[in-house]
Amino acid sequence: MASTEMTLAEKILARAAGRESVAPDEIVVASIDLAMSHENADLVRKSFLEIGVARVWDAERIVIILDHRVPAESEKTAATHKAIREFVHEQGIRHFYDVGRGGICHQVLAENGHVFPGMVVVGTDSHTTTHGVFGAFATGIGATEMAGVWTEGRLWFKVPSTIRIEVSGEFQPWVSAKDLILYLIGRLGADGADYRAVEFDGPAVRAMSVASRMVLTNLAMEMGAKVAFTPVDERLLAYLASRSGSTIPESDSFAADPEAEYEQVLEIDAGRDVPEPQVACPHAVDNVRPLSELKGMPVNQAVLGSCTNGRLEDLEMAARILRRRRLHPRTRLLVMPASQHIFLEAMRLGYIQTFVAAGAVINPPGCGPCVGVHQGILAAGEICVSSTNRNFVGRMGSKDSRVYLASPAVVAASAVAGELAHPEDVLEEDAA
Amino acid sequence: MSQAELRLRGAVAAKLEDNIDTDLIYPGRYLNITDREKTAEHLFELTYPEIRGLIRPGSFLVAGKNFGCGSSREQATAAVKFAGVGAVIAASFARIFFRNSINLGLPAVVSPEASAQLAAGDELEIDLVGGTILKVATGETFRAAPLDPRAVELLQAGGLIPYLKKKYAG
Repeated sequence: MASTEMTLAEKILARAAGRESVAPDEIVVASIDLAMSHENADLVRKSFLEIGVARVWDAERIVIILDHRVPAESEKTAATHKAIREFVHEQGIRHFYDVGRGGICHQVLAENGHVFPGMVVVGTDSHTTTHGVFGAFATGIGATEMAGVWTEGRLWFKVPSTIRIEVSGEFQPWVSAKDLILYLIGRLGADGADYRAVEFDGPAVRAMSVASRMVLTNLAMEMGAKVAFTPVDERLLAYLASRSGSTIPESDSFAADPEAEYEQVLEIDAGRDVPEPQVACPHAVDNVRPLSELKGMPVNQAVLGSCTNGRLEDLEMAARILRRRRLHPRTRLLVMPASQHIFLEAMRLGYIQTFVAAGAVINPPGCGPCVGVHQGILAAGEICVSSTNRNFVGRMGSKDSRVYLASPAVVAASAVAGELAHPEDVLEEDAA
Repeated sequence: MSQAELRLRGAVAAKLEDNIDTDLIYPGRYLNITDREKTAEHLFELTYPEIRGLIRPGSFLVAGKNFGCGSSREQATAAVKFAGVGAVIAASFARIFFRNSINLGLPAVVSPEASAQLAAGDELEIDLVGGTILKVATGETFRAAPLDPRAVELLQAGGLIPYLKKKYAG
């Protein structure tokens, strides 16, 4: 039999299910290489205890990171954190990142070399798709399902069909991966990739840093993607070697076969199709408009951070705009570095000093206001521009507040201008 | 959890639009509630608080496409189930919500036809295995995606926890 040409999602699932090949819509049972949870590990723990099995299937393959409510904002959360600490101790789960030891779960997995090409990764967080940047089949699941993984170490999946997105061309100044993915979500819709795998490739993607590629795989979830991938190339392998201390051999099995079948192939020219920064307007991530149509909208709060855009290059971009400038009097700026590591680097490079001098508040590494529970809640009638990932009703505070999602550069420029602004507006004003 | 029936009868409590996200179903501020039954108190709290009062035990919710998009929060599914909803019928579901539903023993029924044509108050009979939705008043039948045998097994067990509990008992 001739070998079947497969997409990357199909290849990884075939291996994990012990099969020669798989095809879209088949149901397969795959072994799980890594199972990640954050505070909802407490929910998982409760379901696991109800099932009644004494030990988790493999303590080495479980990673738990506290990030949604750090440090604990209430007595209830403190009790949750405590229960998780006791559980990881009892079960011998070594890969536990407590308050102040890690940061946002997806960044912590990346920085600490937990994910490698070809792995099947599940996380009790929808943005687990982020780890497709490492050539892993990585997807979000619920807490009870995770309790099943903790019990059995395997899970059923429907093999997804794949959408391939080829990006060529050069980005305009101040236009970045965030603008590209917002444009794509606007074009395909919030369910445009439901149940599908997405492969991002093309020269413009290969030219991106690993951090920028993570923005694509992270936000692919907002068009419904089950998993998303960027290329496993030399740049990625160098990043992995630096994090894990081990070399990963380049292998054809970490790329789709040349004759693999795609449900849809999209060709995008970064310069032509995304000529300016993009903004997702309330209250849906697919409600995307070019920045030029929204400029001048007054902003009360600007938020820089999250698993989407809280990495060093994001802080660097914002610091370039904020250096020797002050925030507009009506606007407050909250900054959350995505991890302790990034926080330290940002201090060493002077970014944090720049933010504080401009009048920003620095929140600890974590999800903070992105999930609307603490560290900067919006009042009714307030408008927020945010580098985060969701702008649903009430997401960051009052149901009568409004959130506009944008790039770190637009967030920083808007914090200075006091209204939605292009970085060039702010920089020119100064030069004039 | 009791054995879920594979044939359901009830009325549509409310009809919702496309892309009802997890934050609309269950706001993030209540994510530290880990008692499944208690989540029901906050169902649709920010935008449609009236729906809770319309739900009777076994009522159905009808929604457009991509119901439950967004977060992986299982509380969104738990809140729907423990508010008394017997099944959600939607043109499509976001994948994590769909999986959470089956795992918690809440039937999630995919039917673009029914989603387009049903209204609040309609009395229905749903055959989960056969994949049909009967509108009792008119005798009209809508096609639904038949549930995968694995999903049927989980629903019959009352969800993933009782299913695994039984499997690993003793």
